[in-house]
Amino acid sequence: MSIIKADNLNYDYLEYGEDGEKPEITHAVRDVNLKIKEGQFIAILGHNGSGKSTLAKHMNALLVPTGGTMWVDQMDTHEDDEVWDIRQRAGMVFQNPDNQIVSSVVEEDVGFGPENLGVPTDEIWKRVDDSLRKTGMIAYRHHSPNKLSGGQKQRVAIAGVMAMKPKCIIMDEPTAMLDPNGRHEVIQAVRDLNKSEGVTVILITHYMEEVIYADNVFVMDEGRLVMQGTPREIFSHVDELHELRLDVPHVTQLAHALRLKGLDIPEGILSIDEFVDAIMKIRDGGAVSDERKQALGENPEERENKADRENPSLT
Amino acid sequence: MFKDITIGQYYPADSLIHKLDPRVKFVGTLIYIISLFVFHTWGYVLGTVFLFSVIRLSKVPLGFMLRGLKAIWILLIFTMVLNLFLTQGTVVWQFGILHITREGIGTAAKMGIRLVYLIIGCSIMTLTTTPNKLTDAMESLFRPLRKVHVPVHEIAMMMSIALRFIPILMEETDKIKKAQMARGADFESGNVIQRVKAMVPILVPLFVSAFRRANDLALAMEARCYHGGDGRTQMRPLVYQSRDLAAYAVLLAYLAAAIVLRAVLHW
Ligand SMILES: Nc1ncnc2c1ncn2[C@@H]1O[C@H](COP(=O)(O)OP(=O)(O)OP(=O)(O)O)[C@@H](O)[C@H]1O
Ligand SMILES: [Mg+2]
Repeated sequence: MSIIKADNLNYDYLEYGEDGEKPEITHAVRDVNLKIKEGQFIAILGHNGSGKSTLAKHMNALLVPTGGTMWVDQMDTHEDDEVWDIRQRAGMVFQNPDNQIVSSVVEEDVGFGPENLGVPTDEIWKRVDDSLRKTGMIAYRHHSPNKLSGGQKQRVAIAGVMAMKPKCIIMDEPTAMLDPNGRHEVIQAVRDLNKSEGVTVILITHYMEEVIYADNVFVMDEGRLVMQGTPREIFSHVDELHELRLDVPHVTQLAHALRLKGLDIPEGILSIDEFVDAIMKIRDGGAVSDERKQALGENPEERENKADRENPSLT
Repeated sequence: MFKDITIGQYYPADSLIHKLDPRVKFVGTLIYIISLFVFHTWGYVLGTVFLFSVIRLSKVPLGFMLRGLKAIWILLIFTMVLNLFLTQGTVVWQFGILHITREGIGTAAKMGIRLVYLIIGCSIMTLTTTPNKLTDAMESLFRPLRKVHVPVHEIAMMMSIALRFIPILMEETDKIKKAQMARGADFESGNVIQRVKAMVPILVPLFVSAFRRANDLALAMEARCYHGGDGRTQMRPLVYQSRDLAAYAVLLAYLAAAIVLRAVLHW
């Protein structure tokens, strides 16, 4: 069942100029059709001004489509009475960590959402404890947000959303203002929530390393949804991505360059391990050596963890 | 520039005064201020005893209390000098047109004591209560004003958001100032007009950024279902404990004593 579904979604920004008569129209989102299944980890890519934030704001009714429909958990965002339900189901984390924290004490900020929903006091405290624990921020509960690092502030913001018990978290470039450590911290926190709590995550990002963990990737350009697929499928189209002014992870880029030089490497290599694997295969004339197989570990979970540790841009 | 302003100068300690309901402290401060204007002569002894007992109970070092006076010493001296020289009565000292009267000395001393006690009284409240609790107290105490369409919840919310953003904006001011200095701006020299003019390149980017932050924050609050005070629950609802009621009783007794001293005994 899809938690978020867009049917021919269109959105135009109208800007009234000096003369006040003819508004300037920006078609920020055009004819977007998409479905997001519950529990998935979704990444949205696109260069600046491609309409990602505009699309994201439709997912919790901060914007209402000027054409087509947006369904959030079977609710139409056009319906005025359902706005608060929709925003409770689909929480949103923004780019600037400072500008989304309301209170001057961490735990009070986490309680802000539940307070707005009219949750009884005891239940608010339970939720605050719970979400601070899940985001690893329980030790900072009495701190002032001003004294936290960027990554920690974003985790507080995530805890604030989790305390509203959402089915889905939309994150609009949550790591854009963070250093590599902070980025890793935040991405790790949402991946954990996605796995353990089953919350749907929609991550808008410019960092390709964050995309490789997604179940599904959407690529936007000029307001349109131009590509859609698993990270491997998407990153198999290196040249097309470059045309859309997007990068690919460094390993993918390297593998692609070698392939163009005539080496027999598959497209869509996502981690250093896979890359080494492919190279070894070529050296051994097609077969992966037993040693290497053991070193890699055969189950995918282990391999993923290895990728975490070995991917230098994330650690 | 903003270095000297301290807002929400909370002094954490485990004392009876810290534990009191913030509403009691708010009302208590008001009563104390009223009493200062009721006292005439010997009443100030009562006021002093009361003030120092509360300071003792609060476990806040006296130095912290007196720190608040730094902000007003010019006002203090100004008021005292004016009262000293401009009050009519029996002259005790004269030089040209300047004269000091016995009544003048009395009024100046009284005004000085009032101002100092008033500042210390308010400091006790801000030193023992977190700014958040104070806004909660005001929201709760002024709630009846909603009947006459005063947006009490909104004002309280604005105050707590302002408290959250003051440090952020101060840091930003500092950054902008340094950035302008790196480009050769000069804030230190020149006369008053030149210095005020030099502030413009700081204030313009600061305001632009403040408005952007306000816009972002409004969006983030809406995304978290904020829709005014109706239907909102509280994480820390204010509930009076027995010690709060006892404190109200003490305050009432104090006010009654002050009025009796003045109205009945004419002290
Ligand atoms: N409030 C607005 N008023 C008018 N036009 C807007 C407004 N917000 C965005 N736009 C325009 O809509 C288009 C899409 O903007 P959007 O912010 O959705 O892009 P984005 O993909 O999020 O970009 P970025 O990567 O820079 O965040 C852009 O052309 C932008 O100029
Ligand atoms: Mg954006």
